Amino acid sequence: MNKNEVFIKLPDRPPPSSTVGIIAWTQKNLFSSTTNTLTTILFFYLIYLYIPPFFDWAIFNANFSGSDRSICDANKAGACWTFIKVRFDQLLFGLYFASNPDQIWRPVVALSVFVLILIPLVIEKTPHKKWLLIFLLTIYPIIFIILVYGGYFGIPISNTTQWGGFLLTFALAFVGIVLALPIGIILALGRRSEMPIIRALSVTYIEFWRGTPLITILFMASVMLPLFFPSGVEFDKVVRAMIGITLFQSAYTAEAVRGGLQAIDKGQSEASMALGMGYWQRNVFIILPQALKISIPSIVNTFIALFKDTSLVSIIGLLDLLNMSQTASRSLDWNGYDIEGYLFAGFIFWACCYGMSSYSQKLERKLDTEGRTE
Amino acid sequence: MSKTKIPFYRNPKIRSLFVQFFVLSLVSFLILSIYQTTVSNLIERGIQTSTSFFDDVAPFKIGFSPFLDFDLGKTTYIEVFYIGILNTILIAILGIIASTILGFIVGIVRLSPNWLASKCALVYIEVFRNVPLLLQIMFWNFAVFLATLPPPKKSIEFGFLYLNSRGLHTPIPYVEDELRFNFWIFILLMTVVGCIFLSKWAKKSFEHTGVKRPVFFYNFLIFTILATLSYLALGGPLEFDIPVLGKFNFKGGGQLPLPLFSLWFALTIYTSAFIAENVRAGISSVSTGQLEAANSIGLNRTQTINMIVIPQAMRVIIPPTISQFLNLTKNSSLAVAVGYEEIVAVWAGISLNQTGQAVIIIAMTIIVYECMSLFTSFILNMYNRKVQITER
Amino acid sequence: MTSASASKKSTKNEISPIITINKLNKWYGKFHVLKDIDLEVNKTEKIVICGPSGSGKSTLIRCINRLEVHQEGSIIVDGTELTDDVKQINEIRSDVGMVFQHFNLFPHLTVLENCTLAPIWVRKKSKLEADEMAMELLTKVKIPDQAKKYPGQLSGGQQQRVAIARALCMQPRVMLFDEPTSALDPEMIKEVLETMIELAESGMTMLVVTHEMGFANKVADRVIFMDEGQIVEQNDPKNFFNNPKSDRTKLFLSQILNH
Repeated sequence: MNKNEVFIKLPDRPPPSSTVGIIAWTQKNLFSSTTNTLTTILFFYLIYLYIPPFFDWAIFNANFSGSDRSICDANKAGACWTFIKVRFDQLLFGLYFASNPDQIWRPVVALSVFVLILIPLVIEKTPHKKWLLIFLLTIYPIIFIILVYGGYFGIPISNTTQWGGFLLTFALAFVGIVLALPIGIILALGRRSEMPIIRALSVTYIEFWRGTPLITILFMASVMLPLFFPSGVEFDKVVRAMIGITLFQSAYTAEAVRGGLQAIDKGQSEASMALGMGYWQRNVFIILPQALKISIPSIVNTFIALFKDTSLVSIIGLLDLLNMSQTASRSLDWNGYDIEGYLFAGFIFWACCYGMSSYSQKLERKLDTEGRTE
Repeated sequence: MSKTKIPFYRNPKIRSLFVQFFVLSLVSFLILSIYQTTVSNLIERGIQTSTSFFDDVAPFKIGFSPFLDFDLGKTTYIEVFYIGILNTILIAILGIIASTILGFIVGIVRLSPNWLASKCALVYIEVFRNVPLLLQIMFWNFAVFLATLPPPKKSIEFGFLYLNSRGLHTPIPYVEDELRFNFWIFILLMTVVGCIFLSKWAKKSFEHTGVKRPVFFYNFLIFTILATLSYLALGGPLEFDIPVLGKFNFKGGGQLPLPLFSLWFALTIYTSAFIAENVRAGISSVSTGQLEAANSIGLNRTQTINMIVIPQAMRVIIPPTISQFLNLTKNSSLAVAVGYEEIVAVWAGISLNQTGQAVIIIAMTIIVYECMSLFTSFILNMYNRKVQITER
Repeated sequence: MTSASASKKSTKNEISPIITINKLNKWYGKFHVLKDIDLEVNKTEKIVICGPSGSGKSTLIRCINRLEVHQEGSIIVDGTELTDDVKQINEIRSDVGMVFQHFNLFPHLTVLENCTLAPIWVRKKSKLEADEMAMELLTKVKIPDQAKKYPGQLSGGQQQRVAIARALCMQPRVMLFDEPTSALDPEMIKEVLETMIELAESGMTMLVVTHEMGFANKVADRVIFMDEGQIVEQNDPKNFFNNPKSDRTKLFLSQILNH
């Protein structure tokens, strides 16, 4: 009666072949029902209609060689990448560096250093990430100014008025984030402060800038900034745009940081109070480090928006990547090849923004799962 | 018990008061000094800031003003300001309608069980939301529409719509006979009232007997038939002005000038990518547990979607979508790049250049946008409160 | 229908099982979760299924109302075989009630609306009728006064009792319980178990996946132990707990009872 039966495990069998593999996958995802099959056919037709002609134009029939428009004019069936090739330096680094090829190493080095710091920052397992980030936000801007602006160590000055192309886009966006971050943090703390006047001032500031389109702010910066300062203080257009962008961006950064602050458990603040820490100690050592980590994805998202919005400076006449492509494609040499110009600029913008948004989505997912297991 | 006296600077209340007072005076000082420098700068440049230019005649032409008549040599600056606001509202409404429809379609396709469709929607979303809007506006306007659309003589036709390099020509309705038109509107209103009664009755009967009727379909049928019949009976109280090709251009009808058309097109595509992402996130936020529960009590697919998924998803979709509407409105200011005559273009742009009244003009422009932004927050708060009440 | 044929049908129903599972095999991708499951459930029978996590017990009962699709074998519920036919699936689902670990109440509907939704739209009852029945069942699970509240305002135990009432409103012939108490605090487990015991006493056919061995002992006609996607052992509760046959069952029981 009490004899033990030994549990015999049945062997795992592979699933029936009709439910796995490419055929099953195709059946399930493309042809599972009549509607599904019709949808597949419709979308396949749409792709067939647009994608092959586009690739024909953009790659197979495209013009890459030569150094002037004659070759493109001879073959209108393909894109004119010759234009991009010839004007490459100008589109990326602006007029000063395009006309001084011996100086072009400066922006190249500056941007390479940036990429070299960025790569380990994005990789998950890098140690001392915090210090790298702090380096990027404090020391790197100085390196950038020395290299790109010049004036020290015998490097000739390139005036900001002559900055242009991708370099200008990068500089505007980078200044936006570097200066807006500290202002944003202070505003976010202010908005959550218990002092009514501080709170009211922060809310007013944040909502004011968030309520207005950037283009109005840029107009204001370019028309009204000179009025705000005593005569004799002069800013050039680029600096004015930078100030406008910083004011604008700090409001958005503040909201991103506030989201992070809100997510921090009240217990953290109480625990640090119980340890006898004052307001600033509490925030600097306990709350902010955690809150900033949580808010990185939203900060990156506001930065993506800013990066795209830097193109608005072309309306106030700065030669950023967009305006540079447009101007170049309207020059006599390349008149009529504006699609190529827009596509090139669009692709660079897209690559940067898509990269950043993928990164922020990945980070969000990671923070999400960490939050759940903790 | 004696209370030890705390030095005033250690009392948190006094400290907080002091800090606030200090910050407030710092900010006031800053604002005041900026104000003073501005005033002295203006005097130095001989600009007198006043609103007296409002009644001056604007010396430039505004080509597109469908709501207020523009008369070169008569229209004043303040009227230009109003035209700008109305044109902003027009593009905002057009954009909101189109981008909501397109956004929902793309968002739903993104969640389609069909792999190919879903991936196409993904590509759409990722391409259009990651390229600057300004670039897209310029691309469509300059590189595509201006370059490829035919001249008026060879317009592309969609029924009574004509698209050419000058813009989109549409029929516009107009009233021929006031009396007959009002009578027709009266009949329509009565029909609507009748339909409402029918729905109420159907609902009541449904609650009592459980019999479901396709009321929406009935109402639609009744309304269409009555509207058509009364329209014919009254001999067409509403006529349509249809654009007709003249010697060089179209005559009659309405026209969306090309800048407006391009701006509308680009804003719609850009914003719809964001709305599609909201829709996707909203629908995905309904947990599989909810679907399983709905299945387990025997609801079919349509019922599950209508009664379980949509009500819950809409709560997640609506708030960020309202914010997108505000963004679209603010983004319409990029019209200045293609020359559509909305507030930033005609007011902060041309009018400012003409008059030099930077302070007043910029301030008024900002106030317009702040009002729109406050209005949006108001709607959002109202919505959130309503949702909270039903959920509490 | 004559009374003779009616009685014949009812006796036939009592003998013939209400659920018949035959050589059921299921895979998640390449992972073999259910292996050659054979199971018959008779009318009014109460079955408790237990086993370590990942043993496939939840998957098994989820297959019964097609929340999971099986690849091999057959499931026959009340004479109807589960196939891809949507109409049949919906018919079976409205005859089989299910209670989930995480309640899955509809947060945007009141307690009463949660209960009346399916009777109105699937059973085509009038609202008044559905309301009346829902209130009766809510009284049975002892929360009639919460009818106008939203699920978010109730405790976990109350929510689970609403979920039971919601399933009962469809007047199901079989009730499936997928770990109904695992997400609850101890004091709430009791109130839910009491409701389930009452339901069992009323003669409902029940399949319950649970670790509550007290409940199994008291209510079950049969206890099934599953591991590695197989049914290792099944017996009446007395023999199952006192004389487990398989060494695997013994190990499991010693772990769960000494815990």
